[in-house]
Amino acid sequence: MLTIENLHASVNGKKILKGVDLDVKAGEVHAIMGPNGSGKSTLSSVIAGNEVYEMTKGNILLNGEDINELDAEDRAHKGIFLSFQYPVEIPGVSVTNFIKTAINESRKAQGLDDMSASEMLKKIRQKAALLDIDTKFLSRSLNEGFSGGEKKRNEIFQMAMLEPKLSILDETDSGLDIDALKIVANGVNKLKNDQNAVVIITHYQRLLNYIAPDFVHVLHDGKIVKSGTKDLANELEAKGYDWIKQESN
Amino acid sequence: MAYTEEELKKELETKEYEYGFYTDIESETFPVGLSEEIVVAISKKKNEPEWMTTWRLKAFNSWLNMKEPDWANVKYEKPDFQSISYYSAPKKKDQYKSLDEVDPELLNTFNKLGISIDEQKKLTGVAMDIVVDSVSVATTFRDTLAKKGIIFCSISEAIREYPKLVKKYIGTIVPSTDNYYAALNSAVFSDGSFCYIPKGVRCPMELSTYFRINQAGTGQFERTLVVADKGSYVSYLEGCTAPSRDENQLHAAVVELIAHDDAEIKYSTVQNWFPGNKDGKGGVYNFVTKRGICHNNAKISWTQVETGSAVTWKYPSCVLRGDNSIGEFYSIAVTNNYQQADTGTKMIHIGKNTKSTIISKGISAGSSQNSYRGLVQVNSRAQNARNFSQCDSLLMGNKCGAHTFPYIEAKNNSAQIEHEATTSKIGEDQIFYCNQRGIDTEKAIALIVNGFSKEVLNKLPMEFAVEAQKLLEISLEGSVG
Repeated sequence: MLTIENLHASVNGKKILKGVDLDVKAGEVHAIMGPNGSGKSTLSSVIAGNEVYEMTKGNILLNGEDINELDAEDRAHKGIFLSFQYPVEIPGVSVTNFIKTAINESRKAQGLDDMSASEMLKKIRQKAALLDIDTKFLSRSLNEGFSGGEKKRNEIFQMAMLEPKLSILDETDSGLDIDALKIVANGVNKLKNDQNAVVIITHYQRLLNYIAPDFVHVLHDGKIVKSGTKDLANELEAKGYDWIKQESN
Repeated sequence: MAYTEEELKKELETKEYEYGFYTDIESETFPVGLSEEIVVAISKKKNEPEWMTTWRLKAFNSWLNMKEPDWANVKYEKPDFQSISYYSAPKKKDQYKSLDEVDPELLNTFNKLGISIDEQKKLTGVAMDIVVDSVSVATTFRDTLAKKGIIFCSISEAIREYPKLVKKYIGTIVPSTDNYYAALNSAVFSDGSFCYIPKGVRCPMELSTYFRINQAGTGQFERTLVVADKGSYVSYLEGCTAPSRDENQLHAAVVELIAHDDAEIKYSTVQNWFPGNKDGKGGVYNFVTKRGICHNNAKISWTQVETGSAVTWKYPSCVLRGDNSIGEFYSIAVTNNYQQADTGTKMIHIGKNTKSTIISKGISAGSSQNSYRGLVQVNSRAQNARNFSQCDSLLMGNKCGAHTFPYIEAKNNSAQIEHEATTSKIGEDQIFYCNQRGIDTEKAIALIVNGFSKEVLNKLPMEFAVEAQKLLEISLEGSVG
């Protein structure tokens, strides 16, 4: 589904990614772990098409198609979803209005008419129930005054509504207490199937206790320096990142 | 304004003129310049009674001794008042045979606003066969209104048909000597609307939801007078979301509202005059005086969406004379390119337990300047007056400016006055967030701006709110590269 080849990227002239290779197939869950400053968030931003980052070398392929030159919204239309580490506030725009706009823009890109109000409502109810979201919450302004847990749950709700092929969860566990973490993880597990894929970006392995990854990769200094299975995550939890740093230097 | 029998007759006459029955074209337009003679001639042309002529002359003479105000935060070349023609008969617009002949860019805008084909034809001056239909619709409305005793007609007609009412109220809220532009308007006003709601009557429809098309062609010195008698209610809609390409550069309108005891007036405006081109050339100067008075337990609510004009100078105000009266001001002002807006309100608390609310949303893009200027005045006998003001500014790009000038004068120490102000910028992170969800940048800006303006948009009558929302979108098109 997602193939990344020798990806180099920089921000304001500073090199962050220095040759990342990654291959994610449909039905798989990959975790990308790494110490602070290793380039985890840059990787997710570059895949999503954030223009603040400059891609200097390499390729990003989605289902075999080169998406290097595509704008962020076009990548979204092709099924890439990024759950933000810090979701932004948009005052006065309700969660419902926002997701409605997002869905209809994607439909428009595919040459479809707007989703009917009744279909939209049905879908909203269904996905809200899946994630244990009170529908009152959906009339609030997007992320405005939301707690950390509410923000992340809202991200996963949008993921559920948009039904992406590839979901990247960037530090979704940060700022979550254990209950919220379980709800979010349950949501992701329910949405997962053999047609889509999930990339989890995280510093800690605790989210991985709830969403079992098929592969774990360690990012250090802009490169994937080690790949393995769930056991690698446990090892990192026990030993920290220092041994990886030493090993790769 | 509604088609009256008289206007219909006039229109039919104009049609005849086209076929050559009319020769006296010259006398329909006055020579340029302003003098006592011209003022008298305007009054005469409109068959006004003598008191009206005298009133106009008094205004003219005070105008002569006044100076054009320069305290607003706007820069423009002062109009040459002696090079304007102050009276011309309704212009015969070039008639198009079909919409195919109309500027496609204009039609594109109409389509975006969701304006029906028939309305488009009317707005662009395409010949229509269904005139008779729309006249009958107008007549039906008129009948409904007449049954309730509501008067809704042009101010010229009102001066002739209801002189007592007009004489009683005109100039009582905005005196002819009030300010430079108000004095000018009082001397030379061309036409406008008059509305009277009798005691205890609730006007059954939004006035001008239908009539807006007819209003689009009103002249540059418009005069509006709305009187809501005791316990009555009216919602009045002024303006048009469709772009108005007017050749008159200067617009100086006056609006007066009178809300008697227990009455309520809701006055909504959408202003979309030509704002000038991308380089700041051309565009309308919109210098408006709007004021209303509230008697006991009365309420006046101003809602405005200002997207047009090169220069806007406008402060819809409420004089809260009666006890327990309420004044509200909800405003969205959008400036793009080189537009300048200095707009806000005045809330004058005179009665006891008076309340006022001000919500102002300024959106600046391009190289524009957007100022909020507001006065909250609590007089000494205004016991327990309360005001809440909120002024929010949204900036796009780094060449525009947002300014807030709140004036507060409290002479009664029981007054409670709150003022909140915020300034924010549309962030790249907000745009990227929307992009990531499949929403392109233009749509993202529209979404953010509509969210920002929501509190005010919600105050507009339903069908107008939808159009206004689209209008905001169109006004800001291309504002982010």
